[in-house]
Amino acid sequence: MRSLKLMLGGAAIAVVASAPVLAQDALTVTSYGGSYTKSQEQAFYEPFAKETGVKVLQDEWDGSTAKLKGMVETGQVTWDIVDVEPGHALQGCEEGWLEEIDYSKIGGREGFVDGAAMDCAVATIVFSTIYAYDASKFPNGGPQTMADLFDTEKFPGPRSLRKAPKTTLEFALIADGVPTADVYKVLGTPEGVDRAFAKLDTIKKDVKVWWSAGAQPPQLLADGEVVMATAWNGRIFDAVKNDGKNFKIVWDGQGQDFNLWAEPKGLKNKELADRFIEYTMRPDVMSQQSKYISYGPTKKTAIEKVPADILADLPTAPENTKNSFVVDAEFWADHDEELTERFNKWLAQ
Amino acid sequence: MKYAVTFAEKHGGEEQSTLARQMARTKRRAKLQALALIAPLMLFLVVVLVLPIGTLLARGFDNGDAAALLPRTAEALSAWNGQDAPHEELFAALAGDLKEAAREDVAVLAKQLNYHDAGMRSMFLKLARKVRTAEAPYAPSFIEVNEDWSSPRYWRALQQVMPSVTDFYILSALDLMRDENGDIASVPPSTAVNLEVLARTFTVSASVTVMCLLLGYPLAALIARSRGTAANVLIVLVLLPFWTSLLVRTSAWVVLLQSRGVVNNVLAWLGMIDPEAPLDLIYNRVGVVIAMTHILLPFMILPIYSVMKGIPPVYMRAAASLGARPLSSFFRVYLPMTMPGVSAGCLLVFILALGYYITPALVGGPRDQMISYFIAYYANQVTNWGMAAALSIILLVAVLVLYVIYNRLVGIQRLRIG
Amino acid sequence: MNERFISFEAVRKSYDGANYVVRGLDLDVAEGEFLTLLGPSGSGKTTTLMMLAGFEEPTHGSISLGGARIDSVPAYDRNIGMVFQNYALFPHMTVGENVAFPLKMRGVSKSQISERVSSALDMVRMAGFESRRPSQLSGGQQQRIALARALVFEPRLVLMDEPLGALDKQLREHMQIEIKHLHERLGINVVYVTHDQSEALTMSDRVGVFSDGVLQQIATPHELYEKPANIFVAGFVGENNVVPGEVVDIDAGLCRVRTPDGSVISAVAGEHVRKPARVVVVVRPERIVLAREGDEAANRFAGKLEEVIYHGDHVRLRLNLLGSEGLQVKLAASAITAPFSLGATIHVGWRPQDCRALIQS
Repeated sequence: MRSLKLMLGGAAIAVVASAPVLAQDALTVTSYGGSYTKSQEQAFYEPFAKETGVKVLQDEWDGSTAKLKGMVETGQVTWDIVDVEPGHALQGCEEGWLEEIDYSKIGGREGFVDGAAMDCAVATIVFSTIYAYDASKFPNGGPQTMADLFDTEKFPGPRSLRKAPKTTLEFALIADGVPTADVYKVLGTPEGVDRAFAKLDTIKKDVKVWWSAGAQPPQLLADGEVVMATAWNGRIFDAVKNDGKNFKIVWDGQGQDFNLWAEPKGLKNKELADRFIEYTMRPDVMSQQSKYISYGPTKKTAIEKVPADILADLPTAPENTKNSFVVDAEFWADHDEELTERFNKWLAQ
Repeated sequence: MKYAVTFAEKHGGEEQSTLARQMARTKRRAKLQALALIAPLMLFLVVVLVLPIGTLLARGFDNGDAAALLPRTAEALSAWNGQDAPHEELFAALAGDLKEAAREDVAVLAKQLNYHDAGMRSMFLKLARKVRTAEAPYAPSFIEVNEDWSSPRYWRALQQVMPSVTDFYILSALDLMRDENGDIASVPPSTAVNLEVLARTFTVSASVTVMCLLLGYPLAALIARSRGTAANVLIVLVLLPFWTSLLVRTSAWVVLLQSRGVVNNVLAWLGMIDPEAPLDLIYNRVGVVIAMTHILLPFMILPIYSVMKGIPPVYMRAAASLGARPLSSFFRVYLPMTMPGVSAGCLLVFILALGYYITPALVGGPRDQMISYFIAYYANQVTNWGMAAALSIILLVAVLVLYVIYNRLVGIQRLRIG
Repeated sequence: MNERFISFEAVRKSYDGANYVVRGLDLDVAEGEFLTLLGPSGSGKTTTLMMLAGFEEPTHGSISLGGARIDSVPAYDRNIGMVFQNYALFPHMTVGENVAFPLKMRGVSKSQISERVSSALDMVRMAGFESRRPSQLSGGQQQRIALARALVFEPRLVLMDEPLGALDKQLREHMQIEIKHLHERLGINVVYVTHDQSEALTMSDRVGVFSDGVLQQIATPHELYEKPANIFVAGFVGENNVVPGEVVDIDAGLCRVRTPDGSVISAVAGEHVRKPARVVVVVRPERIVLAREGDEAANRFAGKLEEVIYHGDHVRLRLNLLGSEGLQVKLAASAITAPFSLGATIHVGWRPQDCRALIQS
């Protein structure tokens, strides 16, 4: 199916050159698939098609930049819009394989939450790395703060953490008392890194599973393998809402991150792509996505449009952002490899 | 040719040399025809195998073209001894180059510099933005971006990226680096992880191979002896893992092996273990070996089976008639005769196992990551082709060395895949 | 000499519990005898050999060797040498290792092994081939090695399962003589299975003819050829002309048979032949001679010449005679004095003692 969509997309674009009229009729949007893309389909693709008569063709990618870069370098750009991560947006902008975003058409940068308006990509959703616990394992009240995740005396039981330094080191520092605002300042120093690893040392023996796939944490909680686990908030929300699990999210110290729309440099339908992005940035359109998946809007005016009962489960809810940080794409672009090496070495010890 | 010569001997003279020429021509034409027939395949192999692998391997040594991007800096750096405090000449050269360099090229270079000194990526980009509007003297602008620009630190990193070929990635893949004097030294122990991972990769692959052999050999023998429907059903059962996705199979093992999984529950129910202290069967090496053995078992069974299928029962009868008891016939006759299949199966499983990383990531513990996991990390997540290529080279060389040893021991010409 | 060195008593064998591939076999083999089991494929000869070797167990009955019952002794304890159809030399061992294998299995000392291996190879004229691999040898050479391997541990009995089947005609005939000489020299028992009747006749002391799971006749080659016990043996061993008829008279082992065209043949009466009975008269093509008109032999008939086939040393005639078509006559080329013309009437005859009347089953 995926290759069929790709072929359709390719065919649509191949036709563009010779028949500009037809070009108006299709747009290729590439995303990650699964329930996330499903929510995009319901909130954006279908209404957009209905309103403008432009068919949205879908393709999938796994976030590895090689394909996207290759497309731009060879001039065979078959995607019009790509759903990217902040790291991609940063790299793509610097290395020139993403178009710049014209914020004048979508209400200016100041209309977005911190970090959402990047030079070459504009965020559509905020998701969050949090930790969650199985409420049935803590009948006398569960953990409340990030420090509780590391407190195995007060809250005993096996844990699962992500097998990557990103967010894991930040959590360790927050639990160790670093204010969320200073996390990256501290982590940017060798002493800060040592401090984060020293904090991780204290619960290493209690981490039963280091997870690598987003589907693992809710499964591990459900199977009773662990009592608490770091996770992406959407996955936990899904397990609670659709599988009736008694999991609770601890929002304290959450690390917010974004998914963003970007246009590959040299795309064939620039005008149409701009129109699509503008459409999805309308507050009443953007606020629709939260109905289908528990990720929050990035535009302040859109957040206001989300009904209160849905808002409570979103990373951007005021109640949930009292002590939070935004994952610093710039920091991780600089330090991912260095810290991953150190992290893996530490894991193997 | 032999025929042509004897023919010529008989006839002699003018006539024979024409004939020999004619025959040589015919032969040559046949050879060209044969070549033309396999040409598409050769071309295909070159395009899909030799070129990509060659390119990838080359990337392990490719250092980009920083010298072309920053020509003045390159020249100034070659005059610099690497120890002295940087002077205005260096600042001016770099500033001049950065003013003219395209933004995209600077970004790529910044990423490369970051490998040598983590954090230098953003530093260098900031510098590039800053100096575009700066005027001489440049030193203050540099120091404003970061004080370390006045120390040799960042300039040394720049010096490293200037040559077009580098051993940096290969050294890093071997947990080595160049120290301040340019000599090869070990990296700090806190990041020396690659050799350990390589050794671990080989250990896991070897364990999986041994397990596959122990389980696969009797099963292959059973299938080879079965007839008709029974043999077909067994073959289908062996092939069944191929028809489910890797992730499904791996998740199935999670369900079976976890602490409250099927296996532990059954054992507890049988009273063989304490339900409060279930066996640790997953998220460790045991889980990795079990899950990978399951996935790779068909690759062991099929070559052994196909060799066994080709051994007529008459050999075992011959052994018995010569006085060999069942055990000796097995060890002295049957086993040696199945060795081509066994060696092929072992080689196949071992080499396939080397490339596994999803399964170890999902059912393994923190000490079970294999080298392919890191290759994928460098290639897909951080697009550091140099490191991905260097790790691949190390793995490839290690496999080749192993292959040569294996060839000495077993003899590759005796392998039979099917 | 033990007349019952090998003995099958009421042996039956079935693989599926319903059909017997060997039904009721009684067979004694004398010590030192070369016995050949002859028959078409599926006749039960190979199964009989496999039971003797120990690869198959009889469903009923018993087998004994040298006076002891062996039907429950495993093959590896029977001490019987065996040569297989495709030699079954172990491909991963050298010639020397192959021949040494049975000695090694018997725990013979190293020095003795090499001595006996080289003398066994000597015996089959393959000395110096110790370090070759079987795959480097020709079919005939492999056969010799297989023989050496089956003989090197000096078994009491050697079984051979169509050992020459894969060789070309010339080599086969040569090997037949060689095996026969080996047997004579070593004085051991050989039980040999073949479907080639000329091989059976050339080599054996006695031949047992199998058909349909039943031992049809066991006799010396001469007796088998001259006095076939039944129509199957008559047809399977050598060539025979077959003329159906009815017994009209029987006296002192000779009978007179009336053919459908009303002629009468005098023939030796086979077993169970009495008056009246439907029989067939069998006569070998080479026993029929040309007769002159007016000769008064007992069996003298005239027939129409249908075909003449020249074979170099002999000539075959096909005649329409005694109401049967395609009667074969084999004449030595030297016996022909005048050219034949097709369609002519030819007079032929044979002696009563050269033909037999056999009960039609």
